[in-house]
Amino acid sequence: MDEKIKAKIMDDKKMKRTFQRLAIEILERNRDAEKLVLIGIQTRGVHVARRIQQLIKELENIDVPLGILDITMFRDDLHKHEQQPAVKKTKIDFSIEDRDIILIDDVVFTGRTIRAAMDSIFELGRPASVQLAAFIDRGHREMPISPDFKGKYLPTSRRERVKVMLQETDGKDQVLIMEPKGF
Amino acid sequence: MKERIFSQDHLLGIEQLSVDDIEIILETAEAFIEVSSREVKKVPALKGKTVVNLFFENSTRTRSSFEIAAKRLSADLINFNSSISSLKKGETLKDTVLTLEAMNPHIIVIRHSASGSPHYLTTFARSSIINAGDGFHEHPTQALLDALTIQQRLKTLRGLKIAIVGDILHSRVARSNIILHQKMGNEIALIGPPSLVPREFEKMGASIYYDIRRGVKAADVVMMLRVQEERGAKNYFPSIREYRNRFAINREIFALAKKSAILMHPGPINRDVEIETSMADSEQSVILQQVTNGIAVRMAVLYLLKGEIHETLN
Repeated sequence: MDEKIKAKIMDDKKMKRTFQRLAIEILERNRDAEKLVLIGIQTRGVHVARRIQQLIKELENIDVPLGILDITMFRDDLHKHEQQPAVKKTKIDFSIEDRDIILIDDVVFTGRTIRAAMDSIFELGRPASVQLAAFIDRGHREMPISPDFKGKYLPTSRRERVKVMLQETDGKDQVLIMEPKGF
Repeated sequence: MKERIFSQDHLLGIEQLSVDDIEIILETAEAFIEVSSREVKKVPALKGKTVVNLFFENSTRTRSSFEIAAKRLSADLINFNSSISSLKKGETLKDTVLTLEAMNPHIIVIRHSASGSPHYLTTFARSSIINAGDGFHEHPTQALLDALTIQQRLKTLRGLKIAIVGDILHSRVARSNIILHQKMGNEIALIGPPSLVPREFEKMGASIYYDIRRGVKAADVVMMLRVQEERGAKNYFPSIREYRNRFAINREIFALAKKSAILMHPGPINRDVEIETSMADSEQSVILQQVTNGIAVRMAVLYLLKGEIHETLN
């Protein structure tokens, strides 16, 4: 689908402040930081999670473990695709038993990815709690899911797409709203 | 990043796969390796799908590998055992498959002694067909799991010299591997007695050696094939002892390959026939890793084919 930029919502400075606030809020809410683990959802959630991990290290000098989760096999729409979506790697090489998990994604939209992520996590063990951090909440939820930590609430229309761009994948930190060409 | 698409409805052979298809299967398999390392070795990707193992030849390892793969993806699996089936009562292959299809399976995994039987099934079956070995023709999942093992150990699948030693003539494993490495642009050396390595294989782009020392020299991968007594292999050379003296792999001969070289065998191995026992258990031997990778590769193939019910061609 051809898209064009509708609006630039955040630049690198704004994003930096937002990342910092997210890291602080996560630490505030989780007094026992030793129990904390971060799990980033493939692929952009992983990069967002790495940023937060880095900031927690800078703020409190704590190394919070970071896991990578691919939710493809737990999707609820596998039977609907013409082609099977690509499976990426899951890498959680620590026990999640009795830990406080911060599940991290770049954008929360329908909530279906988060539903799949929770199913996937519970196959791996029984955490003490699961909290959700999303850099952008763009509304349109179809599941009873709400982020505990959100970078920004961004009301959008369904035909639009929110693009969280990061230095490590796109060479630049910015958040854009994209819309289909011809609108 | 360009979007690559897996373009197959069936897995009949390596022949039909593009290089992209091969790479997609291997990448997907890499992701599935993690599932087998979990405490709960199961994901719901193929929940509600039915896989039929239709094996007309004896097989324990390939059949159980497909079985474990299907179960780890939450598919339902039926083992159809030809020795107790109605084939013994005179039913044709087509009628057997049509009967099975009336139960609406999504994927049929077939092993048959007749080359081309999986291809024949696609002319009337609605399920996705996976070839688990057809006669002397192909055994694609074996070549794919070999490729995954090579990639893991040597960090690449390109620019390699692959030496295959033994009964090339009767080996579907060799054929699938030759085709795969041909597609990846690798150098292929086939080694064995003239009776088991006919000159025709040069047409597939391989070099032929009757002297194992020359063939194995500077190889990255040495793949040993089993002496298949059940296929009458012994009629092709004077004695097992002579075969062992000329074509078995031992430390001295393996040392002629590259320092980083790995030793492979599709199993089951005949210790001290084609492979010296200490070699089979050595650091360079990846035989057990091949078995583990077999599950991941078969999970990848089952996942990618998915088993949509196809419209029949007729």
